[in-house]
Amino acid sequence: MMRGPGGGHGRGGFGGPGRMAAAGPPKSAKDLWRALRQLVARLRPDRWRIAAAALIGSTGVGMLVAAPRIIGNATNLLFDGLIGKSLPAGMTQAQAEAYLRLHHSPLAQLLTGTTVNPGHGIDFNQLGVSLGVIALLYLVGAFFSWAQGYIMAGVAQRTVSGMRRDVEAKLARLPLQYFDSHPHGDVLSRVTNDIDNVTTTLQQGLSQLLTSILTILGVLAMMLWISPLLALISLVMVPMSIGVTFLVARRSQKQFTSQWARTGTVNSLVEQTHTGHALVQVFGRSRRTLEEFDRENQALYEPSFRAQFLSGLIQPAMMFLSNLNYVAIAVIGGYLTVNGAMSLGDIQAFIQYSRQFTNPIMQIASQMNLLQSGLASAERVFEFLAADEETPDSAGAPALLAAQGRVVLENVSFRYQPDKPLIQDFDLDVYPGETVAIVGPTGAGKTTIVNLLMRFYEIDGGHIYLDGVDAHELSRASVRQMFGMVLQDTWLFAGSVRDNIAYGKSGASTDEVVAAAKAAHADHFVRTLPHGYDTVLDEDASNISAGERQLLTIARAFLSDPTILILDEATSNVDTRTEVLIQEAMARLRHGRTSFVIAHRLSTIRNADTIVVMNSGRIVEQGSHAELMERRGFYYDLYASQFANALEEVS
Amino acid sequence: MTLVRMMLTRLRPYRWLVAIVLGLIVIQTVLGLYLPNLTADIINNGIAKGDVGYIWRTGAWMLALTLLSGVAAVIATYFASRTSMGVGRDLRATVFSRVMRFSARDMNSFGTASLITRNTNDVQQIQIFLQMALTLMVAAPIMMVGGVIMAIHEDATLSLLLVVAVPLMAVLVLTMLFVAVPQFKSMQVKIDRINQVLREQITGVRVIRAFVRGEDEERRFATANASLTATGLRVNRIFVLAMPALMGIMNLSSVAVLWFGGHLISSGQMPIGNLTAFLAYIMQILMSVLLAVVMVILVPRAQASAERIAAVERVEPATTSPQHPITPSHSMGIVEFRNVSFGYPGGEDLVLRDLSFQIQPGETTAIIGGTGAGKTTLLNLVPRFFDPTSGAVLIDGIDVRDRALEELWASIGLVPQQAYLFGGTVADNLRFAAEDANDADVWHALQVAQARDFVATMDGQLEAPIDQGGTNVSGGQRQRLAIARAVIKRPLIYLFDDCFSALDATTDARLRAQLSAETRNATVVIVAQRVSTILNADRIIVLDDGAVVGSGTHEQLMVSCDEYREIVVSQLGENAA
Repeated sequence: MMRGPGGGHGRGGFGGPGRMAAAGPPKSAKDLWRALRQLVARLRPDRWRIAAAALIGSTGVGMLVAAPRIIGNATNLLFDGLIGKSLPAGMTQAQAEAYLRLHHSPLAQLLTGTTVNPGHGIDFNQLGVSLGVIALLYLVGAFFSWAQGYIMAGVAQRTVSGMRRDVEAKLARLPLQYFDSHPHGDVLSRVTNDIDNVTTTLQQGLSQLLTSILTILGVLAMMLWISPLLALISLVMVPMSIGVTFLVARRSQKQFTSQWARTGTVNSLVEQTHTGHALVQVFGRSRRTLEEFDRENQALYEPSFRAQFLSGLIQPAMMFLSNLNYVAIAVIGGYLTVNGAMSLGDIQAFIQYSRQFTNPIMQIASQMNLLQSGLASAERVFEFLAADEETPDSAGAPALLAAQGRVVLENVSFRYQPDKPLIQDFDLDVYPGETVAIVGPTGAGKTTIVNLLMRFYEIDGGHIYLDGVDAHELSRASVRQMFGMVLQDTWLFAGSVRDNIAYGKSGASTDEVVAAAKAAHADHFVRTLPHGYDTVLDEDASNISAGERQLLTIARAFLSDPTILILDEATSNVDTRTEVLIQEAMARLRHGRTSFVIAHRLSTIRNADTIVVMNSGRIVEQGSHAELMERRGFYYDLYASQFANALEEVS
Repeated sequence: MTLVRMMLTRLRPYRWLVAIVLGLIVIQTVLGLYLPNLTADIINNGIAKGDVGYIWRTGAWMLALTLLSGVAAVIATYFASRTSMGVGRDLRATVFSRVMRFSARDMNSFGTASLITRNTNDVQQIQIFLQMALTLMVAAPIMMVGGVIMAIHEDATLSLLLVVAVPLMAVLVLTMLFVAVPQFKSMQVKIDRINQVLREQITGVRVIRAFVRGEDEERRFATANASLTATGLRVNRIFVLAMPALMGIMNLSSVAVLWFGGHLISSGQMPIGNLTAFLAYIMQILMSVLLAVVMVILVPRAQASAERIAAVERVEPATTSPQHPITPSHSMGIVEFRNVSFGYPGGEDLVLRDLSFQIQPGETTAIIGGTGAGKTTLLNLVPRFFDPTSGAVLIDGIDVRDRALEELWASIGLVPQQAYLFGGTVADNLRFAAEDANDADVWHALQVAQARDFVATMDGQLEAPIDQGGTNVSGGQRQRLAIARAVIKRPLIYLFDDCFSALDATTDARLRAQLSAETRNATVVIVAQRVSTILNADRIIVLDDGAVVGSGTHEQLMVSCDEYREIVVSQLGENAA
């Protein structure tokens, strides 16, 4: 089957730049080999099934391969009958030959290889038996090849299903750092497009490859048996086919690579133009963009055409070789038959075999593209599966019961990159119920503290104690269960509003969900949605506004009823009037809970028990508002520039 | 049918190429069918008569024909590739330019992601389908008909077998498709589902871990995976039945050919060589059926893509330039809303209700209000991303609907809520708005937008690469570059849609100070969430639930407008009031 330059284009999960990297340009042969070995290793659990399929398959192929030979015999029966009828009855074969020679008939030679019974026509009894055997062989052979396909379909599906499972499990074990340092689109592409591509390869390739190889072997054996000379002639075709395929593939591959690169350019142009649609219009770039697109589109057309044309040459070339072979066999076989070196049935059987011989070769050739693209995808999947994982929780990690919410950071140091220390010897002592405000200019790295508290990243030195227990000795799950978090980028999944809120707590009842929504003041707007709590949000939750999305995630945090709260600029997307109400709810929620707030709001900051001031990824100051103002350091400047003039104007 | 219609229209420019392809395929097929005939001749006239010379002569003739057929195939592939890739190119261009003319409403109704897929993947599907169709699909019926004709020609009586075999195969194939196609579609749905779950697991990784819902996610995925595997297994097990069943029918047919053929030969009604030829024709017919099966599997997918593309082609953009646009005699930039009401199509409620106000050049007007108050919608009416349901938006006294779109847009500098940057360099992104801006202009705009400092530290400075969407710079930097892009255009009217949200207050304050110097004579409209951003505005319009509830300066509103006071208190605290 013909496919695009990389099978991965087939269907697209939409995602970032990685989308187009699905089945990139051909990898080096070494990479492909490694991928192949790993893929084969994945088939190991199914090795007995594969062995059974191979056994059944070879039996089936054996039967199908044997049939033409018997058909050849049947043809001989017909031929013998035909000649026998034309000869006077009662002759021996020798007499018949002499008889024909006497009549200067060239048929005399033909008789050498046959068993003519002069005077007798076609022996329909014997023919019936022969044909019965053939019919049986065909039927059983068909059944066997179906059985083989049936088993291999199971193997392919199970293997891919297992790969999907492993990939998903891997997602859960990867450190956050992996997601932060790899474009989401690329990760997504590996776990979706590439897996799809491997599926296609395994499904279409595995069974066919097996059948093709078995058929080639079986047919070759039969051909050698019938006529080693003709078999040799047919075999010459193999290196010729391979040579032609290579010759063409080398050229078409270059074009495919170019087509692939051009497709990337065009797709990314399409992506940007459609995404920045309003900008293109308002900034008057429509004509320019169109011109650019036409240029790129044309530049894509040229290699696309050449790639299709060149790869399309293989088929006719193979056909030509196959026909060449056919002609050679017909001519030479005919010659041999006339000379009595071969029977008519044999030449007829051989012609059938030679057809069967070229078909699987052509099939394998056409599967090579598929296989190559599948292996490239497999390689990307295996690479993903081999990525470094989070260190597992220490064995027998205790779970915190009845958490109080005391958080102590002691000599904490941390860096994202080895050569750039960010946090060093950081101490912080937060008593249950206290509020810590994290402030700093844009890009100061305020989320780093969240990453460390939640153990999204592991600290490099020092300790974080939760209620006196080193967080490192706890399981990640029990650490995270203590925390409730409202992040700035709201994450909702495709599902009902109810399910999205209920995400905060396993097995939450409808009443609990509604109560949480009420607390977050989300209840009102949810009830105005077409189906209330059963309204299904689409994939990007784009059917509700940013503010409403925020409300839902706040409701989710309410429902989870955490000991410690992390609010990451939580209310910046919520509209101003709702914010008043949320503030009350937040105050209620924060009551009795330790809170870390990445705050922009003056009142939060001023009322915080401790303020942690960050700049350029580092913690530069910490203390209460009064202390920090007295110090007249970074915070003082920040405060003065951010709020003072606003306050002055107001008062 | 969409697919057929699309093919018919799209192939029109290539009709001669297609005709050549068809002609060549007929030649190929005829030659292919003639070869078994020659084999029969070799057997009948050569072998059976022991005429070696005849064998060689016929062999040479066969070789010549084979070569001819090969040449025909190569030429056919050439024109088929030209056609299919050409149609792909044309389709891509049509969809692209069509989407370019879409209004915001049209964009919304499709969704950006979906339009991208339609413009890229769907076109590619059609392209691949067409290539297959032109090289293989059209060959199937020709091979079939040719095979049948030759078989009848060879021996009419024996051809009666085909009357049994071909319908049998047809029934088999159709039944299988009948069973398989719905399963196929269901499988596609399940693949989409799996991908969606995975996508959510990647984008939501922090939330999933924060709420310790890993096990639930695993279950959710396991369910989807098991369901997909089961369907995949069903589909594939149906398909593995196809080959053996079809082969079985054909093979049994050839057995029958031998049996009945034997009787015909015995009674002298048929020469023995014809038997071999007849078997070859039967094979030919089988091949054509198999080709048909392969193609029929491809059709539903191509059909789906064709429908998705056709849906884009069908859209007449909701916003177009008027036939006789009016150009204002003098451009001041006075923006007026005159009794403007707006409701989204299909929406029951009005988003904006009877808005009337004027925005003067040289002034900064801020619009503040709650989520869903209609702030962005209001802004979108100026560049005609949407048109009002009733009332009118006027610029310098002329209804925007009477302006040529290009002229209208030329007067507007927009910074949308979601700052979007294009792939390229920093300079490319600014020159997007002003093609012939020199480096000094670019630096100046960056300076105004408070982006100069960070751009200066980037590798390559103005030539520093920006990833598509601007993903390699922070949210705040993205917003500042987007602002710089609007600044460098020096438009009559600036529209800032809540584009200061990712900036800290210091940067925000500095930026606004520089901006007001830069935009002294321009009309500036700022939509904001934060009160501190708009305290200095010449006028603040307070929107609530789509209606204007207050308008004036900060001081005036603190006295006159409850809603405004509430906002201020909520953000700056009780003592601010």
